[in-house]
Amino acid sequence: MGEKVLMKGNEAIAEAAIRAGCMHYFGYPITPQTEIAAYMAKRMPKVGGVFLQAESEIAAINMVLGVAATGKRVMTSSSSPGVSLKSEGISYIAGSDVPALIVNVQRGGPGLGGIQPSQSDYFQAVKGGSHGDFKKIVLAPASVQEMADLTSTAFDLADKYRMPAMILADGTLGQMMEPVELPDTAPNTFDKPWALTGTKGERKHNIVNSLYLKPEELEKTNFERYARYKTVEENEVLFEEYLMDDADICVVSFGITARVAKNAIVEARAKGIKVGMIRPITLWPFPEKVLRAAADKCKAFLCVEMNMGQMIEDVKLATECKKPVYLCNRTGGMIPAPEEVLAKIEEINEGGNK
Amino acid sequence: MQSKRMTLFAGHYGSGKTNIAVNYALYLKSLGENVVIADLDIVNPYFRTRDSLEELNNAGIRLISSAFANSNVDLPALPQDVYSLLDKREEKAIMDIGGDDRGAYALGRYADAIKEENDYEMLFVFNKYRPLTPDAESAYEIMQEIEAACKVKFTAIVNNSNLGELTTEEDVINSVDSAEKLSELTGLPVKMTTVTEKLVNNLNGKVENLFPLTLQKKII
Repeated sequence: MGEKVLMKGNEAIAEAAIRAGCMHYFGYPITPQTEIAAYMAKRMPKVGGVFLQAESEIAAINMVLGVAATGKRVMTSSSSPGVSLKSEGISYIAGSDVPALIVNVQRGGPGLGGIQPSQSDYFQAVKGGSHGDFKKIVLAPASVQEMADLTSTAFDLADKYRMPAMILADGTLGQMMEPVELPDTAPNTFDKPWALTGTKGERKHNIVNSLYLKPEELEKTNFERYARYKTVEENEVLFEEYLMDDADICVVSFGITARVAKNAIVEARAKGIKVGMIRPITLWPFPEKVLRAAADKCKAFLCVEMNMGQMIEDVKLATECKKPVYLCNRTGGMIPAPEEVLAKIEEINEGGNK
Repeated sequence: MQSKRMTLFAGHYGSGKTNIAVNYALYLKSLGENVVIADLDIVNPYFRTRDSLEELNNAGIRLISSAFANSNVDLPALPQDVYSLLDKREEKAIMDIGGDDRGAYALGRYADAIKEENDYEMLFVFNKYRPLTPDAESAYEIMQEIEAACKVKFTAIVNNSNLGELTTEEDVINSVDSAEKLSELTGLPVKMTTVTEKLVNNLNGKVENLFPLTLQKKII
């Protein structure tokens, strides 16, 4: 690892992407992800890469599809409403089986919403978020260091499985500054025999396309793609367990709210309450197995989210509703205070109402 | 510490300009000066001077900031009463400029008046631990971009090299060389090295012209 530097989360994503060998960035400005584009605009010309501010989000995501088809690492970034505009292109990327990175630094919604942080695009990120049967790898960083680390993980996974990957961050993580160590090693490389790199008259030409007019063929392609997704689910789940060994109450939280929850857990422990946390780092694939196992040991679950309760559905599915799952949430750009989470933990510990 | 009628803080994005500007305002006030601070940041809707409104009010410091600052309306606007800061010469004025050349353009419209009065300091805030200004050369490049954008020349350097809450004494000491190299490169003095209060005592005598930052804003 290199020297420690003080970075905003957005800058950490941009620098980590460049170090992961991403030489192509296409985007359209929106708060609170602006620093990604601003950083790319400054850095890309100096490293021989391409920064292009497109005329719209729709243009940007289709430029991403174009570069992705050539097998080069490529990314775009946006915030919630901008990601909605990119959703058509994301489906095309998935349908074309090409790797690309999409970053969503979430803000409050729906509609234009606001510019304060939120996690209300969980459904959009994890449940498809566009037309057709498809998945994307979704990574949820909880620190500026993870913004950097998971960016290179996202590129690797996208390449490995030929599919779109998303960093699902939020306005707080994008804007906050923390010391970061960036990798100074060469990025991982993957064979891409499918890429459009020119045949030089020496091989059969490749086709990158998402149009299948014969339903039998489209069905077969979808089945094959889902077989690949199965491999991702089996091999690529990432999560963090915190004080779970003897926990009666299991907090489930991702991204910035996991940090808030951690503070509450420390205070609850000081009061003698046995509480721990499972923090999903991959939101797809979701850490189902560890949650299912926790359901046999814990008495209750508490989801802490900055939305109206989205991940909680996946927690209920994963735990097969064996134990009550409670929700502690703020929305619209509000961040829960550790005291709110602590109060909820205490309430659950005393028997709690579901 | 000598001060001019106007003190302008500019520098690379995220180098700590707002934090230092607010602390410097409180410092001047503590010397019994009449102090006004203006937020000229048009590039960043977060981390604005207005975050310290309460502290500034309590200290009796006048704040000039856009009606849209901290309103979550992502609208780059300049407050109309910035001109009062140029006219009311009995006040010590502090201007908090937006980051990089993009942020500094806004200062350009006041450049003529500032230079005509000719009683100002234009301070470059330097943090060697920011990824795009790791050394004197890269910082100098940004200084020149800012000067070209706002048409006001820097007069001194503020060494604000830090790694946030995790800054150690060594981090500060290790930044002095870079700040001095930047000083040689530009011919400008290092006016001060800014440190958090908890580091001041340990660094006294080891680093010259220490300026303690008493007020620290944080989010989580």
